Amino acid sequence: MFVSGVIRILGSLAFFIPYQVLAIEKEPAGDVLRQAAPAVLDTGNTAWMLVSCALVLLMVPGLAMFYGGLTRTRNVLGTMMHSFAAMGIFGVQWVIVGFALAFGTSALIPGVLGWSTDFLFLQGVKPDDLWKDTGVPTYLFAMFQGKFAIITPALIAGAFAERVRFKSYCIFILLWGFLVYDPLAYLVWNENGMLFKEGAIDFAGGTVVHISAGIAGLVAVLLLGPRKGYPHSTMKPNNLTMSMTGSGLLWIGWFGFNAGSAVSADASAVLALTTTQTAAAAGAVGWMLTEMFHYGKASALGLVSGIVAGLVAITPAAGSVTPAWALVFGFGAAVLSYQFVQLKVKMGYDDTLDVFGIHGIGGIFGALLVGLAATDVGGWAQLMVQAKSVLIAITLSGSITAVLVSLIGRTIGFRTSEEDEQVGLDHSQHGEVGYGLTHL
Amino acid sequence: MKLIIAIFKAEKLDEVREALTGKEITRMTLSRVSGHGRARHRTGLFRGREVDIPLMPKIRMEIACNDEFKDEIVNLILHSARTEGDSPGDGKIFVLPLEECTRIRTGETGEEAI
Repeated sequence: MFVSGVIRILGSLAFFIPYQVLAIEKEPAGDVLRQAAPAVLDTGNTAWMLVSCALVLLMVPGLAMFYGGLTRTRNVLGTMMHSFAAMGIFGVQWVIVGFALAFGTSALIPGVLGWSTDFLFLQGVKPDDLWKDTGVPTYLFAMFQGKFAIITPALIAGAFAERVRFKSYCIFILLWGFLVYDPLAYLVWNENGMLFKEGAIDFAGGTVVHISAGIAGLVAVLLLGPRKGYPHSTMKPNNLTMSMTGSGLLWIGWFGFNAGSAVSADASAVLALTTTQTAAAAGAVGWMLTEMFHYGKASALGLVSGIVAGLVAITPAAGSVTPAWALVFGFGAAVLSYQFVQLKVKMGYDDTLDVFGIHGIGGIFGALLVGLAATDVGGWAQLMVQAKSVLIAITLSGSITAVLVSLIGRTIGFRTSEEDEQVGLDHSQHGEVGYGLTHL
Repeated sequence: MKLIIAIFKAEKLDEVREALTGKEITRMTLSRVSGHGRARHRTGLFRGREVDIPLMPKIRMEIACNDEFKDEIVNLILHSARTEGDSPGDGKIFVLPLEECTRIRTGETGEEAI
């Protein structure tokens, strides 16, 4: 009786002791887990961001096709190379240092540029580290943002297409990325950024991507001067079918660009997708109708330009307006951009592929209109905040582009020689031809 | 009546056209052709390797005109299609006698129709 009693006590002790030991060990661990409770990888968000990341990259070959088809035959490869080169250059820059500058947690220049040694070469990031409270791995967030860093300088290239040296272009966009894109991304999207703190709405990059690229394009062409023969020579697109295909890819990719900017698979992403779809369609209709009234015909290039204008305008607003407002964004941007493209010819500057007319004007229109149209905060006060962010983007991008273009122009030369321009960039810059294998 | 056939470098097209249209010579037919004369082969890149490009892109321009315009047109093309330096490859101008010319719309023939 006594013996069995002792065994029972010992037995229960035997269960008790390890339990106690485990409990002692577990208690602090449990606390750590509780503190970091939201930081669990959210598979839904992560799945959507993986898709978005790929969609945004799809926009770059889309852009290459869109731009490439619009230039003359002799420049088709040179123009497509501008987009593809950006994929290479910023794919590298972003991993080395770009992400650290734009999304670093401490400040290199307070409010303007960030820094995190962990993000240098992404060395301090582990695959299961999560970005803030998104439930999405930091790697994925960094890769997603890196796609934006690629497409922004690639957009600029459309303005000075058909007349710049490839080497100078590469140097230009690399410096531009450091001096314009990274600070702007920090200003607007980093929680320590000056404009972020003031509450400027830029859901997916109206100021950071489109206004900055549009203004850079305008300033660059004003400094570089028009192509030889512009505007009296006809400069016909070499392949509009390719441009239409490319703009289709842009539309598709834009779902990742805008709806992905929610950084979660939630209602905000769904709203962004809805407004993006609506604005693109409204842009197409807007441009078609305007052309019908002016010329009696709706052109293929016009329609796809309308799509892009609509997509640009909704970009800053995608997560904060209603679908009905999205119609206004798309339609309004198409009509406005159309007017500016007409005006360009009268003003005599040679923005080859209307980067300013579409991305600059559409971007400014969208960034300002969202100040009034935003569902919760829209009003005059918000409009003022938006106007300030637009002005800062214009000033930053415009001034630095001017400095870079003239600096490169005076040192290694930005434009090709007149002869190289006549021969075409494909042969003079790359030693290749885009079409016509009979010549090989 | 003469038929002038000029074959010259593709990159000179804009200059030649501007020179001709500047003198009110606006009727011409153009085609893209490939060929080679005495010019050295141009080289291009194929996956990092230099390759010869034996056939070079040229423009073939045809202009039918009345006899008195022949010299002016030949001169304009000659001066606008010529490149600096002395390397071969600028192309050639041929002048052929033209037997008959009929405008399809009206049925006019001869010097009136050109």
